[in-house]
Amino acid sequence: MLDLGLFYFFGALAVVGAVLTVLARNVVHSAVYLITSLLATAGIFLLLKAQFLFAVQIILYVGGIMVLFIFVIMLVNLEVALHQLRFNRQKWVAGLLVLALAVQLGIAISGGSDTFGLGMNSSGRLSPENTEQVGQRLFGQYMVPFEVASILLLVAMIGAVVMGKKRI
Amino acid sequence: MAVLDYMLQQNWLWPLVCAVVIVAVLPLLAGYVVLMERKVMADMQARLGPMRVGPHGLLQPIADALKLLIKEDIIPQKADAVIFWLAPLLSVTAAMLAYSALAFGPAFQIAELNIGLLFIVAVSAMGVYGIVLGGWASNSHYSLLGALRSTAQVISYETAAGMALISGVMLAGSLSTRQIMDAQTSAGFWFVLLNPIGFFIYLVASIAETNRAPFDMPEAESELVAGYMTEYSGFRWAIYFLAEYANMIVVAGIATTLFLGGWARPFASIAALNFLDYIPGVVLLGVAGYCFYRAPKQPVAAQKITLALFGGLCLLLAVILSGAAAAPQQYQAAREGILGGAWFLAKVGAYLYSFMWFRFTFPRFRFDQLMKLGWYFLIPLSIVNVIAIGGGLILEKEMGWGRFMALLPANVFTLAVAWFLVRNSLAQEKTVAAGLAGEAEG
Amino acid sequence: MIPTSHYLFLSLALFTIGVIGVVTRRNVIIILMSIELILNAVNINLVAFAHHWGNVDGQVFAIFVITDAAAEAAVGLGIIIAFFRNRETLLADEMDLLKW
Repeated sequence: MLDLGLFYFFGALAVVGAVLTVLARNVVHSAVYLITSLLATAGIFLLLKAQFLFAVQIILYVGGIMVLFIFVIMLVNLEVALHQLRFNRQKWVAGLLVLALAVQLGIAISGGSDTFGLGMNSSGRLSPENTEQVGQRLFGQYMVPFEVASILLLVAMIGAVVMGKKRI
Repeated sequence: MAVLDYMLQQNWLWPLVCAVVIVAVLPLLAGYVVLMERKVMADMQARLGPMRVGPHGLLQPIADALKLLIKEDIIPQKADAVIFWLAPLLSVTAAMLAYSALAFGPAFQIAELNIGLLFIVAVSAMGVYGIVLGGWASNSHYSLLGALRSTAQVISYETAAGMALISGVMLAGSLSTRQIMDAQTSAGFWFVLLNPIGFFIYLVASIAETNRAPFDMPEAESELVAGYMTEYSGFRWAIYFLAEYANMIVVAGIATTLFLGGWARPFASIAALNFLDYIPGVVLLGVAGYCFYRAPKQPVAAQKITLALFGGLCLLLAVILSGAAAAPQQYQAAREGILGGAWFLAKVGAYLYSFMWFRFTFPRFRFDQLMKLGWYFLIPLSIVNVIAIGGGLILEKEMGWGRFMALLPANVFTLAVAWFLVRNSLAQEKTVAAGLAGEAEG
Repeated sequence: MIPTSHYLFLSLALFTIGVIGVVTRRNVIIILMSIELILNAVNINLVAFAHHWGNVDGQVFAIFVITDAAAEAAVGLGIIIAFFRNRETLLADEMDLLKW
């Protein structure tokens, strides 16, 4: 009961935040709404018993990526952006096509929910030592992707620094 | 105690009581930490500090709070009103949320999370938004620059602080505050003895995290007016100030939990040293004695009475603590609670005193020096510290050495790397200055 | 207990909103933020299935997705800054140097 209430609360917060992100005129407001949506997603992770991911989402996404976004928004702050058109010329066709895609995916989920037992409650086999389990998987079975991800981060760091320089 | 047991069984009641106590006490405590800082600053500058408002200035925080509450609330004209209103709230919410995972005593903890330390780091990372959004919403150049500088400083030192915490967590084997403290009491050594460089890195990084001197370039008055807080006045500024001091107490709490043994006494596992339980009582007795000795020598009658009362209070606390230390086994829970609270407060107080000591001793870092220290010295050192502690733990596991002996080579290695980094990365200023001096002469 | 399909529909909603943001808005930074929304929706999906099947592989994959999102956001924002320095514009419609 409390679970369902929390799910609807966080879910509504995430969706409302996302809608306002896409619709806001002021880019900083958009970023704040995205932060709200990401925090709500972290709450969803906590509901799904993914405690480590909850903390990682807040540290990395909200505390890292969005700070980067806000820095860049403030560096390229344009007063004129507040008076320009928000949406481009293809908005109606694009919106329609995306909604068609969404309807298709929705049909896929609801149609397949019997096959995978998606309508039932979950197996509930996750244990409280979530961090230990994630650590064991990450450094055991998924060691190679971990190393590749670290190389990716190194490359991204170099790329971002080069992109930010005034004279290369 | 049946009522107490019943209440503790409702597992929402005790956390609620703890939360209410913390939220109620914290603004007052932060105010008195400000007074303590002003008194310490005065002491180090050979003067007396606030003495007028109330005896020995003890009512100064209340006067300050009243003044800030009745000040006019000014919002700049073109400021973004919603974000202007939201930014201080974000700061103080992030600072206060971190209190929910800290253990102030054996029973006085709001939530025993098994990702406790990670939760505190995550929530403290949210405090950055109070700074950057506040600076932007003020619609002022100084505020924006101060906010961007402050944010850059905080996120740079967050990495080093996190790595230092990781090295401590490796020693503890868990992220939960209760298990970290159990690891320290069962091993006998506080982690500051096993991992002193990690403690040092966390000390420096936490000073930079909370924008305290010598890393307070973004809010120094001679530099950027008041940085991101320039346009905030009255109660909004008080909220920012409360957030800053609450943050200080949080990082002191984290350092105490992870490195200084939390609310346990030194060498808690060795029964032969049980007499150390009496240390808080004896120290307070000494303080009471000093108060009674100085009380007759005060010039003003109000100060005499205040000192005598304070001495009496210290005497009472000393009696309570000694009684708790001497209590028989059946009162174990109450005994641990009282003594644990005293030890935790003492350690947090010592950490905060060191913050204040550093503030009034070291000159301010220039912003590029600050960033250089963070990126070129602290982050490599913290990474090397993690690797070295890992190596030390392998030595302990594979070769069966004792923990202290196994980590000794690790610490020596990290110290050597630190010396190397200081010589090579941080010494370039000297080269530039020497070059300029050479040019000036020649 | 909450059925997994609820989480999947939430993920679908966030994904849709993100895609609408990408194909509809003109400001490049908002487009990047909508991409972050899409990645977020995928994360919810992954973690919901990790919860459904009872193993943490989905959560590990979600960690990798977050890492990739960080890398991509950093490089993308660097490109935006570099472009802004040259062209003074942030609108996707006006970034048409390669068109004939």
